[in-house]
Amino acid sequence: MSTPTIDVPETTQAPVVATERADGPLRRVLSSQLVWPALSLAVLLAVTGLLSDNFFAIRLQDGNLYGALPDIVRNGSPVLMVAIGLTLVIATRGIDLSVGAVAAISASIAAVQVVGSADEGAASAAVLGMSMALAVAVLLGLWNGFLVSVLGIQPIIATLVLLVAGRGIAMLVSDGQITTVNNDTFSAINGYVLSLPVAFVIAFGLYVATTLLVRRTALGMLIEAVGINPEASRLAGVRSRTIIWTVYVFSGLCAGVAGLVIAANTNSVNSNNLGLWIELDAILAVVIGGTSLAGGRFSLTGTLLGALLIATLSRTIPAIGIPSEANYLVKALVVIAVCLLQSPRARAALRVRRQVPLARKAATR
Amino acid sequence: MSVVDPALVPQTPQGEPTGPSTWDRIRTYSPPGRYTPVIVTVVLLVSMFGVGGTRYDNFLQPQTLFNLLINNAFLIVLAVGMTFVILTGGIDLSVGSTVALSTMVLARMLEGGQSVWLAVATVLVVATLLGTLMGLLIHYLDIQPFIATLAGLFLARGISFMISDVPIPISDRGFLDFSYEPLVLWGTYSIRWSVVVALVVVAVAIWVLGCTRFGRTVYAIGGNEGSALLMGLKVAAAKVGVYAISGLCAGVAGLLFALYTPAGNSLSAVGAELDAIAAVVIGGTLLTGGRGLVVGSVLGVLVLGTINQFIILENLNSWWTRIVIGALVLVFVVVQRLLARRES
Repeated sequence: MSTPTIDVPETTQAPVVATERADGPLRRVLSSQLVWPALSLAVLLAVTGLLSDNFFAIRLQDGNLYGALPDIVRNGSPVLMVAIGLTLVIATRGIDLSVGAVAAISASIAAVQVVGSADEGAASAAVLGMSMALAVAVLLGLWNGFLVSVLGIQPIIATLVLLVAGRGIAMLVSDGQITTVNNDTFSAINGYVLSLPVAFVIAFGLYVATTLLVRRTALGMLIEAVGINPEASRLAGVRSRTIIWTVYVFSGLCAGVAGLVIAANTNSVNSNNLGLWIELDAILAVVIGGTSLAGGRFSLTGTLLGALLIATLSRTIPAIGIPSEANYLVKALVVIAVCLLQSPRARAALRVRRQVPLARKAATR
Repeated sequence: MSVVDPALVPQTPQGEPTGPSTWDRIRTYSPPGRYTPVIVTVVLLVSMFGVGGTRYDNFLQPQTLFNLLINNAFLIVLAVGMTFVILTGGIDLSVGSTVALSTMVLARMLEGGQSVWLAVATVLVVATLLGTLMGLLIHYLDIQPFIATLAGLFLARGISFMISDVPIPISDRGFLDFSYEPLVLWGTYSIRWSVVVALVVVAVAIWVLGCTRFGRTVYAIGGNEGSALLMGLKVAAAKVGVYAISGLCAGVAGLLFALYTPAGNSLSAVGAELDAIAAVVIGGTLLTGGRGLVVGSVLGVLVLGTINQFIILENLNSWWTRIVIGALVLVFVVVQRLLARRES
């Protein structure tokens, strides 16, 4: 929603603050966007560690890492994957509400394909099922991208269609049944590789690959350009339509992978429940990471920290002694706090209050 | 209509009527453009009833419509509140959770032996406050409606889980009588009091949007907020107000939902916000704001209800409902978009 507002004090103040902050390495670190999510994550980890026994203990069993921390990164992986795709979508000033539904459809297709194949336990069946699932996820991404970039429908509405219909489609695919998958190759996603949970390795690999792709090439800058002003970037020669379309396809693919990971975690697919509300957690992770919902600025590392923060939060809440029913309440407070920190108006209000004593000092001098 | 007093028709000196004849006026009449989407929805609903009448016995009866109203009373109220928000170009994702919270507050207070009136008043105040809070965040701190109401979604659900994570039955005698006593219209046809409440809400909403300064400001904000501000309209009050109204409507809807079940349940109405948004879209309201009618949203709810009825009568699985609703939303959104493009 681009609402034209008149923000005169904001623009006049900005350069002053920028020059003030440019000096000193400490200042530079503090002005980095990543410092808040990183600090919050550290505080959260410290608090949880202090309040629960053996939180930081990691034991090596059969060459694999076990403990609370590996659990957190494993549980946070699906949200991280979805959030990486969403980060790029949000950077183009879009949003993808359909990721949970896409995850459910992708998982259902893989499960039905594996269970329906001649030899349910065969590796080929799992590979075929997963490839089909990802292909469909890409198709669904293409569909969202088509609605947004070609027809020019608002992203929130365009992806709402699949959010409403998607879970119905997933139920249709799996015939409304909870499908249990008995396939070692499929279950391997829930296992370990290089002593680390496979889910996290996939998610982290996705993070590294995406970061390299968008930051070592011009792609990231082009995405940000489209997010700042699609029309201006089109006139400057950027193929904004192709870029917007691509990010939705990528988001669909990420959601598809996340769906498979969630399914492998329980070896079963409940299309009614799988990935339910994951879009909210993922959007939260993206916002915590400092990516602006107004588009034009994104940080994949921030998203990584945000996803880990949310995963840690679900450990911290019981550790502090808050009943698990309050989970949503804590999340709501986190959303509000993060939004307040990001809101330019709230910041301006804080800044004015902080600058008043300085101004008084200058006047007396 | 067809009888026109000749003395009232403007006459030329020759005595010939100058204005077009009544028949010409009827023939060339085209309704104002703002009614077109609602007419499309009416045509859709009527043709759905037509199809239903040919396929199922006893479908074309007044009671079918009354049952639709009884079953969807709470959704009608939700959609009315959502219409206000969407007309300003915003969105409210928190209404489903607010319904759940309202049922829980009501059930817990009745369980504690409080009077019904006090419980109802508390529910309405809490829901309105929640909406107002989100409105303040959205307007004064420039937080996107989507995110602010997402926080509201978590908050309301969280509070209702804190009240109790198991359903609380409502056993208050007066409340149950109000809930189940049929209101006989004529013969064997009856509705329930919840329908009356919903229709009163609709009537008040139509009046507020159509006939008050606040209502016109809501449309103006949706058209162009900057212009509305420069025109000196009370943008802040209206923008916060629509979220307060949406919260209030969600509170009323929660009461109706509690009447319908009758219990407080912190898991009730999950995803009701999607149904409400879908109803508003099918009712022809532009999601970019500025254009739409409350009547359209009511018709949208009835279309959703009829789809549900068809799916049940056809013995199809319940998930087809979501797919059909999604497809319908898609058609309306795409057509809206293409029409908007043609205009510009």
